[in-house]
Amino acid sequence: MAKKKMIGTSLGGHIFSGINAFLLILITLITFYPLYYVAITSVSNGMLVMQGKVNLYPIGLTLDSYRSIMTDPQLFQSLWNSVVYTVLGTAINLIMSCLCAFPLSRRTFSGRKIFTGMIVFTMFFGGGMIPLYLVIKELKMMDTIWAIVLPVAINTYNMVIIRTSFQSLPESLFESAQLDGANDFTILFRIAIPLSKAVLATMVLFYAVSHWNSYFNAMLYLDSKDKYPLQIILKNKLISGLFSEEASQTGGSTNFNVSDSTLRSAIIMFTTLPILIVYPFVQKYFVKGVMIGSLKG
Amino acid sequence: MSNSKGSTWQAFRKAFARDKYLYLMFLLPFLFYLIFHYMPMYGITLAFKDYSIKQGIWGSDWVGLKYIEKFIGDPYFWQVFKNTIVLNVYNLLWSFPVPIILALMLNEVTHTKFKKMVQTISYLPHFLSVVVVVGMLNTFLSSNGVINEFLGVFGLGPYRFLAEPKYFRTVYIASGIWQSAGWGSIIYLSALSAVEQELYEAAQIDGANRWQQMLHVTLPGIAPTITIMFILETGNIMNVSFQKILLLMTSSNQVISDVISTYVYRIGIQDANFSYATGIGLFQSIVALIFVTTANFISRRVGETSLW
Repeated sequence: MAKKKMIGTSLGGHIFSGINAFLLILITLITFYPLYYVAITSVSNGMLVMQGKVNLYPIGLTLDSYRSIMTDPQLFQSLWNSVVYTVLGTAINLIMSCLCAFPLSRRTFSGRKIFTGMIVFTMFFGGGMIPLYLVIKELKMMDTIWAIVLPVAINTYNMVIIRTSFQSLPESLFESAQLDGANDFTILFRIAIPLSKAVLATMVLFYAVSHWNSYFNAMLYLDSKDKYPLQIILKNKLISGLFSEEASQTGGSTNFNVSDSTLRSAIIMFTTLPILIVYPFVQKYFVKGVMIGSLKG
Repeated sequence: MSNSKGSTWQAFRKAFARDKYLYLMFLLPFLFYLIFHYMPMYGITLAFKDYSIKQGIWGSDWVGLKYIEKFIGDPYFWQVFKNTIVLNVYNLLWSFPVPIILALMLNEVTHTKFKKMVQTISYLPHFLSVVVVVGMLNTFLSSNGVINEFLGVFGLGPYRFLAEPKYFRTVYIASGIWQSAGWGSIIYLSALSAVEQELYEAAQIDGANRWQQMLHVTLPGIAPTITIMFILETGNIMNVSFQKILLLMTSSNQVISDVISTYVYRIGIQDANFSYATGIGLFQSIVALIFVTTANFISRRVGETSLW
């Protein structure tokens, strides 16, 4: 595919490629620098960061900012909560999405059109924030883990991607399994799911990231502090903290290695680290997953 | 007549017997959509009721158009309505073309490793949480943050990006582009890989240079994808990234930053005025539905591409 561009090796073509590459490098740097800046300031001396001396590489290397944020016991409690919500939530997502996608992927499933229509309609119209909030309240799910994992059990976009992937499997596979006496559950778990591993791995990533990053549902549905996920703690420290200046004052210690901005950087790194670690390993899979989804269902 | 009724019933029973496991499988997902999507849809009736905690969604008393009339007569509602539309129109104008341009640029890169590297880095911000992004904005845009320091080198500023209302839209849109342009380009890249090779060869024989090939071959090749994406974006005209706005909002920029969803959140959740908030939410949903249906209709007429 790339060969087509090799043909035009005129001067104009070279200039075109050169400008294009230069602009892309610029875009990449602009995208990357903010993250890089957070990373280097999180391990730099607080005073020097405040004076604006840390811009390209860490200066006065120290882990004091990390030590300082980790003295907060609430951080580890919420870290644990986030892990639980993410693991349980993703497991529910995966099972529910497969259970939904498989029947809808079968051409012979009676009622398929009606059910598909009913589900697609929810992508364009919904009750909105308040009715959902009240439904959850009336179901007595308030301040429980179920309010966090059940209302988002299926993401319709992701489910459609899985359905498309199931649909692309050869029908003859299912037919021969049926002749061997396999029922639809066996076909789903023994044939359809194992053959869709790449797509499902992508879905695990999407679902897990969305659970890990979610703060709003926790804010709506959870009251007890000991149930808060990491993002709520992060929000309280990073955003609510800025508007009430005293928060940074009380947090200020006599340790000059630590300043408000190095603490902020450290806690951002702390919450984002799991994603940054997993990302390089999985990123080659998800592009494929997204493209399958875009093939239209 | 009873005969035909009987045969439909029989056909239905036969189908059910054949698909019984599929129905069993579909039961939980069906309940999920019923409880978490269709029950709230029924809950919209609250907009025409006086919600009381004791009687719940089903039992509260009907009050007709009381709450609808209330927000139509509320000048602040029209202020947040205008804020929503303006923010989204600007956002569409600035954000929509960026992933397309990025995809076109990436498509012209022949060096595979370089292309991979640009893609890897540009997708990354998509995976950051909205709290992290707003937290970073707060750090970078503060009066002694990196951006003001950089501008200070040229004798500009310091600007109060987060406090002054006039900067709010720029901050919101620019950070949105930073976070999602790379990710948004994936769909266009996959459309680009489907453009037929012969078309390029024909264009080259006609003496088209690479810029002209891009304009006359590549761009028309991905036009259907662009149309579909545009319909989807238009349908989202009422759905701003309201979680981000909620985090970016301060009392000083509220005149501009307050949108319908944040207003609904304040009235409904914080003030517990459920019926009024549901009414405003309903208005928002209906306008959004009208937008997406109209956009779909127009694109079907003009360009033969549509969502449904």
